[in-house]
Amino acid sequence: MSVWNKQRREEEPSSPLNTNSIRPAPPAPPVETKKEATTLSSMSAGRMEPESSRGGSATIGKAVKIAGQIYSREDLYVDGDVEGTIELMEHKLTIGPNGKVHAGIKAREVVALGAIQGNVEASERIEIRKDAKLVGDIKTARIVIEDGAYFKGSIDIVKSEPKVAANQPRPQPAAAAALAPVAAAAGGGDAKR
Amino acid sequence: MLSERLKSFLRGPRSSAEPGPAANGGGGPNSSSRPGPGAAPETRQSRGLDQFFSSFRDQTGLSILDLGGAHQENINFITSLGHKFYSEDFLRIFQETFGEDIADQSNPGRIHYFLRRSLEYEDDQFDGVLAWDALEYMEPALLAATADRLLRILKPKGYLLAIFHSAERKQIVPCYTFRIQDLRTLRVSRQGERAAAQQLFNNRSLEKLFQKFESVKFFLARDSLREVIVRK
Repeated sequence: MSVWNKQRREEEPSSPLNTNSIRPAPPAPPVETKKEATTLSSMSAGRMEPESSRGGSATIGKAVKIAGQIYSREDLYVDGDVEGTIELMEHKLTIGPNGKVHAGIKAREVVALGAIQGNVEASERIEIRKDAKLVGDIKTARIVIEDGAYFKGSIDIVKSEPKVAANQPRPQPAAAAALAPVAAAAGGGDAKR
Repeated sequence: MLSERLKSFLRGPRSSAEPGPAANGGGGPNSSSRPGPGAAPETRQSRGLDQFFSSFRDQTGLSILDLGGAHQENINFITSLGHKFYSEDFLRIFQETFGEDIADQSNPGRIHYFLRRSLEYEDDQFDGVLAWDALEYMEPALLAATADRLLRILKPKGYLLAIFHSAERKQIVPCYTFRIQDLRTLRVSRQGERAAAQQLFNNRSLEKLFQKFESVKFFLARDSLREVIVRK
């Protein structure tokens, strides 16, 4: 609540229209619209743990539990519980320190700070940070594992295939957001089961 | 006290090169091992390692199991040779299962549970197993069962590399992490100490331990380090 009030207070001095007696409704910034459309969290994005690299990605907060299949066309940050499958073929998946994922994962890049149980295919790279726990088989082009991480399973290094569409321009963020219903579970929690 | 704090402040933060308790992750967070003094990593030649990888020369796509946990250097080295890397943090599971209870290591139920957690693989799955010093802390019943399980999961003509520190009877022995630098060089970091098993690891006892394997070869290195290569 205080966050919203603060934002309004910050906006008011910058708008000359605010001196008029008839105040137009403030247009919603498109970036915020996108965040709200893609955040599967009971908490506002501003209250999540700060991570600058997470800007623009969808988030599953630590109080959220999802059972089902998740497909995403944008980066995803999971700090809650997920059971099922996660597919972000061209994007980055980050499992936050509170994240508990019991799922098969396919992504371009995976960064694990929490716990993963399941097989992981990361077409470009996987990073297993200190204190992370991964039990499962990994298929990737490149792996980084920090001391202190727990890993049980196999590592298969596969050469990444050259991308045919590498020179094509990336979709605009707004277009990407429109295509990004992160989880099939967004409507109800359980999905496709 | 104040002057010590002042000195500490002036010295600045610990260097990142200085290994901390969790710096190498060998014993795992639940390990009872204590970081020993002078824990700076040491590089040493290893004829056992040389022999181990020489056995796989000109081959790729093999399955290699590392019981020392997942270390970046070992992953890089083994996968760069074109092999598939498997990781088990054997001593961590050992510690979680048995703790300090030596008597429990003779309990068939506990042994079965431990092997199911740590070495639950198909028969003849691995071309090579890097056991490092993981077998050194086990009591006879558990050690024999573990050797049998290792024999089972190794392919015929597969190799196992194990390291035993001393043939002298001691209460406490240091434990280490082993990181492969190249075909014959290891970087060894002392992680602390563990209670030693109540048995000696001399050539005779090791031959007896691995008697079901086809061959056993010893390399005696400096510091009474005994590297053992066994072939199924």
